[in-house]
Amino acid sequence: MPLLEIKDLKKAYATPDGSTHLVVDVPAFALEAKVQEALAGESGSGKTTFLNLIAGILKPDSGSLKLAGTDMASLGESDRDRLRATTIGYIFQTFNLLQGFTCLENVLLGMSFGPGADRAHATEILKRVGLGNRLDHYPRQLSTGQQQRVAVARALANRPKLVLADEPTGNLDGRNARESLALIREACRENEAALLLVSHDPNVLAQFDTLRKLTEINRAAVQEVAS
Amino acid sequence: MTLWLIIWRSLRQHALSTFITALSIALATGLLMSVWTIKVQSNNAFTSMNCGFDAVLGARGSKLQLVLNSIFHLEESPGNIAWEHYETIRKNPGIQAAIPIAVGDNYHGYRLVGTTTNLFTDVEYVPGKRFTPRPGGRAFDQEYREAVAGSFAAEQLGLKVGDKFQPYHGLIFNENDQHAETYVVVGIMEPSNTPADRVIWIPLAGLQKMTGHTAASADQLSAVLIKFKAGSPLIGKQLEQMYNKQGDKLTFAWPIAMIVAQLFNKIAWFDRVLAAVAVLVAVVAAGSVLASIYNSMNERRRDIAILRALGARKGTIFSAVVLEAASIGAIGAVAGLLIYGMITMAAAQIIRAQTGVVLDVTAFNPMMVGAPLGLIVLSALCGVVPALKAYRTNVADNLTPVS
Repeated sequence: MPLLEIKDLKKAYATPDGSTHLVVDVPAFALEAKVQEALAGESGSGKTTFLNLIAGILKPDSGSLKLAGTDMASLGESDRDRLRATTIGYIFQTFNLLQGFTCLENVLLGMSFGPGADRAHATEILKRVGLGNRLDHYPRQLSTGQQQRVAVARALANRPKLVLADEPTGNLDGRNARESLALIREACRENEAALLLVSHDPNVLAQFDTLRKLTEINRAAVQEVAS
Repeated sequence: MTLWLIIWRSLRQHALSTFITALSIALATGLLMSVWTIKVQSNNAFTSMNCGFDAVLGARGSKLQLVLNSIFHLEESPGNIAWEHYETIRKNPGIQAAIPIAVGDNYHGYRLVGTTTNLFTDVEYVPGKRFTPRPGGRAFDQEYREAVAGSFAAEQLGLKVGDKFQPYHGLIFNENDQHAETYVVVGIMEPSNTPADRVIWIPLAGLQKMTGHTAASADQLSAVLIKFKAGSPLIGKQLEQMYNKQGDKLTFAWPIAMIVAQLFNKIAWFDRVLAAVAVLVAVVAAGSVLASIYNSMNERRRDIAILRALGARKGTIFSAVVLEAASIGAIGAVAGLLIYGMITMAAAQIIRAQTGVVLDVTAFNPMMVGAPLGLIVLSALCGVVPALKAYRTNVADNLTPVS
């Protein structure tokens, strides 16, 4: 059974004129455990909404979305939060680190909503991403590349089964982007986590053996691009 | 740990507003506790204060004025009474002690009270304790111009045994109105925590016959302080009947506690005004907690969205905001104890200086627990409004940075 299995997933937003705008319309999508796959998507192709649906941040209007055997679409918000905290690691383009918390605290907070804060493991994983000497630094005291590493450490700290990465290198320069991508992929392999990465950067997408265009799986994106 | 870490960091990130709102809570807590304590303590202290006497006999007039003048050494004397009235009541078989007093002079604002040495021998101001001069001093000799200063008066005036002074006429100090007589301080009283600490005691005849006083005052008194004999339960009623209802020249002020309680009943409105002000301050302080957290919600939206994206439940976010408000209340409540200490210490000193009555501001009263707890609960309730806003924060919309 795939780790992630999606059928007839739809999500639309209300527009100011009162009509609805379909953003995600995925008839079928599946991702096996431990597999690393990239989705190529341009701006407006619904990639962030698609990832937010998988993460349970958004609730689909219809369809099913099974993650590790549990249908996210049928869960209430609280249960989706719980499932996200224990099963998913999310790496954002803008890192989304909490500025008032140190590197270690950012990682510990990420763990605390899932299996529980484990200071030793959080320290270990920060060392693993090369930030062993920055544990008590605040995000503002780090370079952009280092902030990305904290985000990677936080996403992997709960030993998730699935890591979602939304344009994870979008804010990094060429060298940092390569290093960061390598780190994400390596860390996912070490943790036996599947990786679903969306990007529009050809250099990033070229690194993946399994690559699909979002327009191939999201019918709403096809219409969006066409319009 | 997570919840408290989030709360602690938020308080630290908004340190200025945390400080100001906690300070307003502290003021409210301190005021509520102080108003209550001063009200209760002063009520208790004044109504239980009788310096060991059961009643006062004085000129016809207000009982309250008579008690304030002769027991608390406040207010003007309602008038004088003849020496024979003292002799009459002294001989009453139900009377254990009758102490005559005369007032009308001061030394730098501290009253001189003329009396007899029976004050030192016949009266226990609380059971087992008499008005006693400190070691190295003694009671005055009724035949000489000698004085025994109350402990507080001596402290304030810098008087010590052997010092000489010339009294001033009247109850209010006027440097142009000095008497010719010179008195020698022969004793300083042990502190009694009664109004007696605020006066200078001299022989009765000394005050009656001070130069400048009328000739008639030589055999007149301001009042007679009376202690009933134990086992004479009806004496008070009998004397009240005799002086207040059958007679028309004198006033028999009894029981002292009830007369002082009338004073507190008269000024009860003032207590209520103070309490209302304190409650108003508490409401404003709680409102400031609500406003400061609510106003910071816009800048917190992204942090809340990030926490939610990490898996924090809506309930966790709601609890964090409510507990943050409660924490501000708790910090304020603790600081309020300091403000309470400062207000009550200052008030107790002023009351002691003005009346000689000592308030026990450390004595427990329910408001000491009620005010801090109430303010914490009120703060937490005020946190519910911003907490609801946090609860409803849209995660997906707020995950991107606000530019």
